[in-house]
Amino acid sequence: MDTANRQSEMLDYIAKQRRKRDLQHYWVSFALMIVFTVLAFLAVYFRKSINDYLIAFFIVTMAVVQVIFQLYYFMHMKEKDHGFPALFLYGGAVVVFVTVLSFVTIVWIS
Amino acid sequence: MTANAHALAAYNQRKGFLSWLWTWLSTVDHKRIAILYLFGGGLFFVIGGIEALLIRIQLAVPQNDFLVGSTYNEVVTMHGTTMIFLAAMPLVFAMMNAVVPLQIGARDVAFPFVNALGFWLFFLGGIVLNTSWFLGGAPAGGWTAYAPLTTEFLGTGSDFYLLGLQLSGAGTLMGAINFMVTIINMRAPGMTFMRMPLFTWTSLITSTLILFAFPPLTVGFFLEFFDHIFHANFFNTAKGGNAIIFEHIFWIFGHPEVYILVLPAFGIISEVVATFSKKRLFGYTSMVFATVLIGFLSFMVWVHHMFTVGLGPMANSLFALATMTIAVPTGMKIFNWLFTMWGGQIHFTTANLFAVGFVPTFVMGGVTGVMLAVPSADSQYHDSYFVIAHFHYVIIGGVVFGLLAGLFYWWPKMFGKILNETLGKITFWTFFIGFHLTFFPQHFLGLIGMPRRYFTYFPDEGFNTWNLISSIGAIGMAIGAIVLVINIVITTAKGQKAAGDAWGIGRTLEWSIPSPPPEYNFAQTPLVKGIDTFWKEKMEGNKKVTPAEPLGDIHMPNPTILPFLMSIALTIAAYGFIFANQTSASRPLCLVIAAFGIGLMLLLMLIHSIKDDPGFHYHKEEIIEIEKGAE
Ligand code: HEM
Ligand SMILES: [Cu+2]
Repeated sequence: MDTANRQSEMLDYIAKQRRKRDLQHYWVSFALMIVFTVLAFLAVYFRKSINDYLIAFFIVTMAVVQVIFQLYYFMHMKEKDHGFPALFLYGGAVVVFVTVLSFVTIVWIS
Repeated sequence: MTANAHALAAYNQRKGFLSWLWTWLSTVDHKRIAILYLFGGGLFFVIGGIEALLIRIQLAVPQNDFLVGSTYNEVVTMHGTTMIFLAAMPLVFAMMNAVVPLQIGARDVAFPFVNALGFWLFFLGGIVLNTSWFLGGAPAGGWTAYAPLTTEFLGTGSDFYLLGLQLSGAGTLMGAINFMVTIINMRAPGMTFMRMPLFTWTSLITSTLILFAFPPLTVGFFLEFFDHIFHANFFNTAKGGNAIIFEHIFWIFGHPEVYILVLPAFGIISEVVATFSKKRLFGYTSMVFATVLIGFLSFMVWVHHMFTVGLGPMANSLFALATMTIAVPTGMKIFNWLFTMWGGQIHFTTANLFAVGFVPTFVMGGVTGVMLAVPSADSQYHDSYFVIAHFHYVIIGGVVFGLLAGLFYWWPKMFGKILNETLGKITFWTFFIGFHLTFFPQHFLGLIGMPRRYFTYFPDEGFNTWNLISSIGAIGMAIGAIVLVINIVITTAKGQKAAGDAWGIGRTLEWSIPSPPPEYNFAQTPLVKGIDTFWKEKMEGNKKVTPAEPLGDIHMPNPTILPFLMSIALTIAAYGFIFANQTSASRPLCLVIAAFGIGLMLLLMLIHSIKDDPGFHYHKEEIIEIEKGAE
């Protein structure tokens, strides 16, 4: 067997390993997302014995984590060459965050 | 030749009206879409202008009864709405379509299909809105369409407003996405971000602002739509809704919108001033920085339109600060333009006259803006003619002067003929003087207490003289516009053919190709060596820009009628919803028609997804032929 052939075989092998790992990541993050959803529901279920604000904070945190999983593991944000989508996503997130922040702190009159 | 090129040649031979119409309805070429936008925007600009003249006739003398009560409200509403959404926006898109791909050395935009769809949605949305005049009355709640006035107290005119703008807003959003992707992905080799011409930069930032600002508007209009047509209660205080939310939503869109309009005008001014001063733009980097900063800040100032709502001193002062901050990057730009002209060889062409006239006019609008940004003072200015004066100084003195500068500057590139300069200068002077005559007195009217949107005033209120002057000024602007139309007709009929570098001193890539450019723009993709790359090549003694690739076949997309049909489908749906609200007897039928429109749209989307567009090729020999013909 010549070297060129050997090399292509090796690349094949690496690609296959990577696909396998990606698939594992998919499954793990999928399972985690289901767990997080269940946890959120559980938190609401035990609302009598937990502080309301704690529940709200917990649910929102779970939501944010899920969004990140969604973006990175299912929508390929973790791969290279996603600079612009990332820039616009985070730019938009900052604008939305500031808007919501100003509403809950200084703007809203009830 | 491919089958398609044969078909194209066949069209050109037949030249019947129908085939002419078909080429325009089905075009996906950004240069043709630019002309469509120019025509559509120009048409609505004329309609909006006529409405403006009607307003000025009514207000020329006290206690006039030319347009009274709700008729006046309809005309004022339609004037504002038409000018912002149906004239200024599409004219901005006309410039972007005509120029951006050429400036970045691209053969096309990223999504030609979406580009065409964006145009048709805008145009038919505008038509839907304007048919309200004949179908039960125009909207009358102001261009801001505040709830609950629009949702509870006005008739079916509101439906035309909501659905018409929903259509054209969708078109705008698509156009913006297309331009973002085009500018980010389709730049020629060597065209780094910091080598992009300023008009391209401002187009990119404007598109980004549209991407973030239009969805809130869409949502706001949807909520109003549900309130008005399906009796929801989002903004109905009696049933637990909250009307203030609509104001917030509208201005979260509305303030970025004014910068969406003015940033491309800034870009045009930067190109025109640099070209006709025969100098590189002063402070290129700071211009880019200022543009990005303005874009970012424009999302943090919306409350300055709501200072009198009563949000409290904390909100008012923080937003006042943020608002004043925007004046800083804007001021940077003004100084950069002045320094660009400083010591340059200034050519006072019509385009440059508009650019030079822009600078002081826009500064005046900016100054009144900062005055308005002081909340305590704004309690006096708010909803008076002072605000009207402010925003006409920034929108006409800024956006319209910028667009006219761009029109005269790029007309030869778009149509291959230079607009008549003598007539152009007449347009400039009548328009410029007429403009200041119309709007300068309105500052005083506002300061002495004339409220906006009222249809008349009494003779003893001290408003008579200023109003009369203002109405006389409007005639000047009308003459300027009419001379422009005459100029266009004369130039089209017997204008001189323009060279590729029509002004002889072009700096950017669009001037390195024939006027008008061939369908594929660049026979060979250019290699960009710096800012103002064409100028650089000329200084090195080259006639042409260095190509980045050998001459070869060029792949182009096929024309398609689907974007037009899709827009028709959504127009049917819009009319269905509108008429569902007019008589209760036909409501079910109208809702079925609306559903049919939406179904048709989905079907057309399915067809578009399944049917592949193989496109067609310009072959090397054809290109050599075309390029020879263009010389
Ligand atoms: C230095 C920058 C600017 C500042 C500080 C500023 C500030 C303001 C403020 C405080 C108001 C609210 C006035 C009131 O209703 O009482 C206002 C209204 C307005 N501004 Fe500006 N502005 C600036 C630039 C612009 C630009 C560049 C445009 C458009 C191209 C623009 C368009 C408008 C419009 C359309 C309104 C009125 C909206 C309405 O009530 O119908 N402004 N501006
Ligand atoms: Cu504003």
